[in-house]
Amino acid sequence: MRDDNFNFAYLDERSKRMIRRAILKAVAIPGHQVPFGSREMPLPYGWGTGGIQVTASIIGPRDVLKVIDQGADDTVNAVNIRRFFQRTTGVEITERAAEATIIQTRHRIPETPLAGGQILVYQVPVPEPLQRLEPRAAETRRMHALADYGLMHVKLYEDIARYGKIATTYDYPVMVNGRYLMAPSPIPKFDNPKMSMSPALQLFGAGREKRIYAVPPWTRVESLAFEDHPFEIQNWSSHCALCGSGESFLDEVVTDDRGGRMFLCSDTDYCSRRRDAREAA
Amino acid sequence: MYVAVKGGETAILNSYRLLAEVRRGDPSVPELDVAQIREQLGLAVDRVMTEGSVYDPELAAIAIKQARGDLVEAIFLLRAFRATLPRLGYTEPLDTSRMRLARRISATFKDLPGGQVLGPTFDYTQRLLDFSLARAGSNEEPAAEAPAEPGPVPGVLEPLDGEGLIESAVGGNAVAAEEAEPPDLTRIPLGFPASRAARLQNLARGDEGFLLAMGYSTQRGYSHSHPFAGEIRYGAIEVELVPEELGFPVCIGEIEVSECQMINQFAGSKTEAPKFTRGYGLAFGHSERKAMAMALVDRALRAEELGESAEAPAQMQEFVLSHSDSLEASGFVQHLKLPHYVDFQAELELVRKMRAGR
Repeated sequence: MRDDNFNFAYLDERSKRMIRRAILKAVAIPGHQVPFGSREMPLPYGWGTGGIQVTASIIGPRDVLKVIDQGADDTVNAVNIRRFFQRTTGVEITERAAEATIIQTRHRIPETPLAGGQILVYQVPVPEPLQRLEPRAAETRRMHALADYGLMHVKLYEDIARYGKIATTYDYPVMVNGRYLMAPSPIPKFDNPKMSMSPALQLFGAGREKRIYAVPPWTRVESLAFEDHPFEIQNWSSHCALCGSGESFLDEVVTDDRGGRMFLCSDTDYCSRRRDAREAA
Repeated sequence: MYVAVKGGETAILNSYRLLAEVRRGDPSVPELDVAQIREQLGLAVDRVMTEGSVYDPELAAIAIKQARGDLVEAIFLLRAFRATLPRLGYTEPLDTSRMRLARRISATFKDLPGGQVLGPTFDYTQRLLDFSLARAGSNEEPAAEAPAEPGPVPGVLEPLDGEGLIESAVGGNAVAAEEAEPPDLTRIPLGFPASRAARLQNLARGDEGFLLAMGYSTQRGYSHSHPFAGEIRYGAIEVELVPEELGFPVCIGEIEVSECQMINQFAGSKTEAPKFTRGYGLAFGHSERKAMAMALVDRALRAEELGESAEAPAQMQEFVLSHSDSLEASGFVQHLKLPHYVDFQAELELVRKMRAGR
């Protein structure tokens, strides 16, 4: 049930319009970070305020919302954000990726391929892919303007020189549409290939850093790599202990204090769909 | 078989209930009244209003009660409330020489027009625990007779300005001349390099503890700005707004502010004779520590403008201004409590592979 003490989706309409303008600009320049007048939301910065503001600005009464964190619908912060939107919009909620019109996510892209018309909203802690290499925003802005990404290539090269491989496992930098270097948010690099040529619209909101960016449908997204060190994704020697999947991203679960462990799908919806299908068969 | 814990929702609802319970504390002790917080924890209210960017003692007191006395949390509550309020317009600049003074001191002149007014301050107390406060109703000495209000008291720095010994408060790179309409950081995000008006706005909302440490660092050799507390004043002042349909200013209320004018040396340059420069601090209510720290940091951040080398942390705009906000800092530091299973799994896999490959 919607709480009438607040405007639909909490934000006032002027703020929503300002954010939608930023989103339109972001869609027009894929991968480019658009500054926006991020509002102080009733959830803390760093806990999904960027994604929440993007979702609040695009959501309508007929939308169907799914919220995940680490791929799961039932992690505490996903529950909290979903409750926030239930309270302020009253929209229909789902756990099934295929049924949602908007999926707000932290740290994962669903295993179920997205379809046209769906919107994936990412919560982004650090929108600037170069920040760890160059903390000054004035400087990184210049680098983006000149497409001067040598610093990042040097970093990846140094990884190879030191460890024999690129030692970045999540928030792995991507080039969008051959122009802008972009932080995919801290999704595992396992998920990077799903971003490219996706029929869904992908929106990224960073509340604390006050930036919005986007990957429009059917846009090329390439993970950085070298010819002799091609991009690789994670793989596991085990399968999901619940559904048996060998293709999904697995979480490691410690089962006792003697080193016992098992692996489970991080995407809870994908996992339970597979189990349902197996039972039906 | 182990099954990953479901039911985050029930756990969250239970934690709400526990929170309400600990907020109330022992039910045999009378509940705190918002008016009591407003009246008796006034300095906490002032800090929450300053960093919360809303002048409303009542709301600040509610926030402090709701936050169980955690001021950073109270500031967050007030900011989140503020975020969806419409902005109706800009008030006229405050002329602090028209302040009804409750306190006014200068460390640079022994006596001055308007005099030194100590007002209510901890400054000259001995910090001995007053055990009589443990008993209610024990400390009700009548206040000293308030002196007759002296009327407008001009700032200490103005006579120096007349001699050209100090830079003018208005003009040059100072606030008023810079932009007809000040930037609003709550609407347009901070960009770099930031104008002084934007910097001051950021500092005014900035965390007192952070500014205090940054200001302190300038006194310990990390940037040399040789500060003197030219003037510190605290009192009430009317706020005026020019409604479009009227075209003249009308008073919309009275607020209390603390102001600090810091005087700093400036060696001069090829084109300019040596003179004093200013650092400026302003905060809602009685917030002297905040105003002074802000003035020190403001001056340090002017290094580039004044042709000084900017190597100390307090002189670096991006360093200071990007990390001053308690909401941003507290939120991002504490977000580490959120689940990071996926990222950690990705790192775990990498470290295992790297060890296997040795």
